[in-house]
This record gives sequence, structure tokens and C-alpha cells, in this order.
Amino acid sequence: MEFLRPAGWEEALAAKAEHPDAVPLAGGTDIMVELNFGRRRPRTLLDLSAISELHAVERTPSAVRLGAAVPYTRIVEDLADVLPGLAMASRTVGSPQIRNRGSVGGNLGSASPAGDAHPALLAAGATVEAESVRGTRHIPVEEFYTGVKRNALAEDELIRAVRVRPAAGPQQFSKVGTRNAMTIAVCAFALALHPGSRTVRSGIGSAAPTPVRAPEAEEFLGRVLDEGGYWESGEPVPPLVAEEFASLCAAACDPIDDVRGSAAYRRHAVRVMAQRTWEWAWAGYRPGAARNDDEGGAACV
Amino acid sequence: MRVTFTVNGRRCEADDVWEGESLLYVLRERLGLPGSKNACEQGECGSCTVRLDGTPVCACLVAAGQAEGSEVLTVEGLADFARQRSGEPEPDQLSPVQEAFNRAGAVQCGFCTPGLLVAADELLERNPLPSDAEIREALAGNLCRCTGYEKILDAVRLAARGAGEE
Ligand SMILES: Cc1cc2nc3c(=O)[nH]c(=O)nc-3n(C[C@H](O)[C@H](O)[C@H](O)COP(=O)(O)OP(=O)(O)OC[C@H]3O[C@@H](n4cnc5c(N)ncnc54)[C@H](O)[C@@H]3O)c2cc1C
Ligand code: FES
Ligand code: FES
Repeated sequence: MEFLRPAGWEEALAAKAEHPDAVPLAGGTDIMVELNFGRRRPRTLLDLSAISELHAVERTPSAVRLGAAVPYTRIVEDLADVLPGLAMASRTVGSPQIRNRGSVGGNLGSASPAGDAHPALLAAGATVEAESVRGTRHIPVEEFYTGVKRNALAEDELIRAVRVRPAAGPQQFSKVGTRNAMTIAVCAFALALHPGSRTVRSGIGSAAPTPVRAPEAEEFLGRVLDEGGYWESGEPVPPLVAEEFASLCAAACDPIDDVRGSAAYRRHAVRVMAQRTWEWAWAGYRPGAARNDDEGGAACV
Repeated sequence: MRVTFTVNGRRCEADDVWEGESLLYVLRERLGLPGSKNACEQGECGSCTVRLDGTPVCACLVAAGQAEGSEVLTVEGLADFARQRSGEPEPDQLSPVQEAFNRAGAVQCGFCTPGLLVAADELLERNPLPSDAEIREALAGNLCRCTGYEKILDAVRLAARGAGEE
């Protein structure tokens, strides 16, 4: 085995171009388990942990550029104001030790349907910045997941960063698991309200072969909010709307039975989470408010 | 390959390290530091918790090569480290967290103890008077099969109080 440890990003891209089969290594919380158990014996490991660019967060008014290797702990501590949904999701990952190493870049690299970052990224409308010596691609996150544990990266590409608009409205994340810490999601749900574009976006984890959105549900809720003047008034929205939204979210799932839960349970849980996250999010919505910083006390904080 | 890093303030070199080898393996099998325990090798139990450049991590999930040039603190160095931090020159003493674990009866078989000590010490460094919720949260990645955790919580509270009184 070969261990490559580029000191900079250009060097890493060159190494990946030269060794397309090299396995990138960030926090190692997925890869090292596979190595320790002999499930994987890559010819080359490409350690990205020394590359400062991947640990950087750049904030502008229109985007947060989250370096691929920024650990969850920093997202929770530093980015809850601009990426509230992702911060809530990050907060539920593993344990402090896992959050100190694990990264969104690694979550995307593994592209497990159970990865907790995915629903939050889908709901927020994130873009994956994939780069190679050939250039940069900005991939909308919903196009990034191509199959069970498969993603859209070409073999010479690495993830440089994830770009997300700073939240302009409430975001929520909810996860069903067997306990509060160190639990892989049975299923998860994220919701983001985007008052600027008067849209609603969702993300569902562990309830289909890939993380997915619920487009019909989003469209339905967006239309109701728009036509009812709710974005302007901030008035309570009839409970029937929440029920219909939740049903459409459940219908967007394509779950399987496995050791963590049955397909029917997952569908049910997504319905419940969709309804709750919507109620939490709407309770935190104030017309005209640029941003809501402290919503979601009952959720994954 | 050769890996060079600092462990408990001492520069260490390990030779013939396999490229896929974990930091935990290097510490235990190559550097003669068996304090960090190996139980699950998958990040679930926390018995291998060490600090890597100050941050608590599972040593079983760090590739040895990723530790190149960094500073590692293991339970073997905890007493010295705590002494230097507090500025009190009392050699050959356990750290306050270690004392508290002993006194509170937080150690039974002891297998989980090294990881818990490193994690608890880091918590108290960051947050000298943690709430119970904060203690539980900070130690959520460390499993113990023996104590039922209550004595461990007692020990951390005791260590926090002890430090507060001084
Ligand atoms: C005990 C334990 C608990 C866990 N709990 C959770 C949980 O609750 N929720 C959850 O979502 N996950 C969980 N995980 C899984 C894991 O922590 C996450 O998937 C994490 O995001 C992986 O990030 P990493 O930086 O450690 O990735 P690594 O293990 O370093 O890499 C993961 C994959 O991504 C690729 N990769 C990494 N960086 C890049 C890059 N920049 N460009 C291209 N490819 C890249 C790697 O080649 C690899 O295929 C847990 C893991 C453990 C061991
Ligand atoms: S041995 Fe590393 S977490 Fe269990
Ligand atoms: S004392 Fe035995 S595992 Fe904790």
C-alpha cells in the first residue's frame, strides 16, 4: 500500500490524477473501519488531512463555502447561524470523538443513504464543488447521489467544498434512532423554508436507495404558502396542510426492510418527522425577519 | 513507512508501519504504550481515546500516517500533562481526574478507564464546571460495561469540584 500525504490542494489534485484508484482519506471515520476490518485494501491512500484549504470555511453574504474536511464539531460550534439545518444534523453524528474527525466531504464521499448531512444539504439546496486537474464542477447535491453508496465524482475528482446559501428562514432536522448518541439513522428528515424564493425544500435520509427530496410535497406546501399569503402574514397554517405535506413526503420514500427498521415503519416515521419539522419550522417563521437563529429547541439540538 | 510524532511530550519514531495501520496500533504495538485500549476498532467504544493536537479522537480511526508531525496525548502522559497545565510541580502524582476516578469508585475492570480519563480531562479543561448534561454529552462516545456510569459521573463531578475549591 502507498500512503500519499499532499500538503496542498493542487498537489492533491495532481496525485489523484496520477493515481485514480487512490482512496481519499479525510477524518477516517468511515475508511479506517473498513481498513481495520480488512474489508478494503486500497493500493493507495490519499490523506487529505494536511490540506488547510479543506479545513477552511469562507463566508460571504451569498454563500458559505464549507471546506470538505471541516469536522462536524466546528459546524456545530461555528456555523449554526448560517447553516442551522446542517448544524442540527451534525450534532446527531456519532459521538464527540467522531464529530471531531468526521466531515461532510467524507459523508458525501461515502454517500450512504443513512448519512446525516445529506437531508440537511438537500433541504438547504447545497452545491458540491468537485475539482480535478481538468477543472471544477458545481454539482447540485440532489444530482450528487447516484445510487446506494455511489456518487457523481469522476475518478480523478476530489470534493473541495460544499456551497450553501446562508439560511434566510427556519431549518429543521429530525432523526429516528435507537438512542440519542452514537446511532445510525433508521431514517431522517430535514426541512428548510426559503422565504426569499418563497419555496420549501426537504431532504429524506435512509428511506430510499439514496438520500432524496420530496418534490411533490415541496411544491404542494410552497403553493399553499404562496397562494394563502402566509409568507407575508406568518399566520398559522391549517393542520390539514401539514397532514397532506407529511403524506406526500411519506409517498416520496422508497424504503427497504432491514435490521434497523421495516419499510412500513420508515414510511410512517418520515410522515411523523415531516409533520413535526414543518410545525417547528413554521413556529419559528416571522415574516420579514431575515433569519431566525434560535428555532428548533425541541429538535436535534 | 516511518512515522514521526510527539507522544506525551516525547518525540517518537515508528518504523515499518503498514500504510493502513491505525495510530492505536502504533501506540500499543510499536511504541510500548498499551494504556489506550483496543476493543472495537470501529469508533464505537472510545476506549482508545487520545488527544491528537489537543482534540479527543478515537486512535483506532486515525491512520498512523495522519499523525505525522502531530502531538499525541495518551493516558500514560495525562498526569504530567495535567501537572504542567496547572503549574504545580508535584512529581509522581496522578492527575485530579485520575484521583477522582479512584476515589469515586469509577473503576471496576478498568478497560474503559484510560479513554474516559482522557475524555473527561479534556472536558474539564474546556469547561471546569460542567452540568450533568454536559458531562453525559462529552462522554457519550465512551462505553463502560461495568459501572453503570453513575460512578463515572460522580468522579467527573468530584474532579470538577476539587479543581473549583483550589
Ligand atoms: C462510531 C461511528 C459513528 C458514526 N455515526 C454516524 C452518524 O451518526 N451519522 C452519519 O452520518 N455518519 C456516522 N458515521 C460515519 C462517518 O462518521 C461519516 O460518514 C463521516 O461524515 C465520514 O467523514 P470522514 O471525514 O471521517 O470520512 P473518511 O472516512 O475519511 O472518508 C469517507 C469516504 O469519503 C471519501 N472522501 C473523503 N473526503 C473526500 C474528498 N474531499 N473528496 C472525495 N472523496 C472524499 C473517502 O475516500 C471515503 O470513501 C459514524 C462512524 C462511526 C465510526
Ligand atoms: S477501539 Fe477505538 S473506539 Fe473502540
Ligand atoms: S470499568 Fe469495566 S468497562 Fe468500564
